[in-house]
Amino acid sequence: MDDLMLNQFLLLSAILFSVGVYGVLAKRNAVVVLMSIELILNAVNINLIAFGAHNGTIVGSVFALFVIAVAAAEVGVGLAIVLLIYRNRKSVDLDEVAQMRG
Amino acid sequence: MVAQNIFFYAIAAVMVFSAIRVVTCKNVVHAAMYLVLVLAGVAAQYILLASEFLAATQVLVYIGAIVVLVLFGVMLTRAKLGEDVNLTNDYWYVGAFTAVILFVLLATSLLDHYGDEPLDQANAETQLANNTEQVADALFSAYVVPFQAVSVLLLVALVGAIALARRD
Repeated sequence: MDDLMLNQFLLLSAILFSVGVYGVLAKRNAVVVLMSIELILNAVNINLIAFGAHNGTIVGSVFALFVIAVAAAEVGVGLAIVLLIYRNRKSVDLDEVAQMRG
Repeated sequence: MVAQNIFFYAIAAVMVFSAIRVVTCKNVVHAAMYLVLVLAGVAAQYILLASEFLAATQVLVYIGAIVVLVLFGVMLTRAKLGEDVNLTNDYWYVGAFTAVILFVLLATSLLDHYGDEPLDQANAETQLANNTEQVADALFSAYVVPFQAVSVLLLVALVGAIALARRD
């Protein structure tokens, strides 16, 4: 117990990832779904940094930086799409956006 | 070492509680505030893992930009600012079931494979020295092509967001 374990970071990130998956599947508000996706991406980043620190390589940090950049792009385009849905339908309820249902 | 563990578990407890509040909160603005707590906790974990450059980036990009963007999204889509009981859909138990199964699978495989392998502190400490310098060196030597690709991606996202959101 007196040393940092690799596993405690990995388990924390597994919890965050699972909570994010629950949010993506269970929430109706599109903005909350975007927030849950941020949780998932952060869980992945903790994993990358933990393995990078464990193996003594900087590559984990570099990839985490790329993930952060992609997350910023994703949330920008995602919110633009949510805004467009709101403008056309006056609601961001994902249960009502069902035109593409087969 | 013990102090690191105390900080880890204190921050982890706050992060797990806040993450669960993000997905269970009935108020979208409160969910965004709890998201700030989670993201700040992630930055603190980066510092525990000796990646101070990433911690600074996390605070600047996530807390500084993405949460503000999300709050603008909440404002522009006029989500009800008070209690909004219909935030969870009718099939939430399927999501909860999937999340629990996923977590059990991940946890058992992690415990099975990594057991109680200690984090290699010696490696972490060599990384601590000049962390920012090392990130910059890697980014502008071995990973310069992906770095340029990310800049193009950000430009495309910018143009795409403007093209989607503007009224004509």
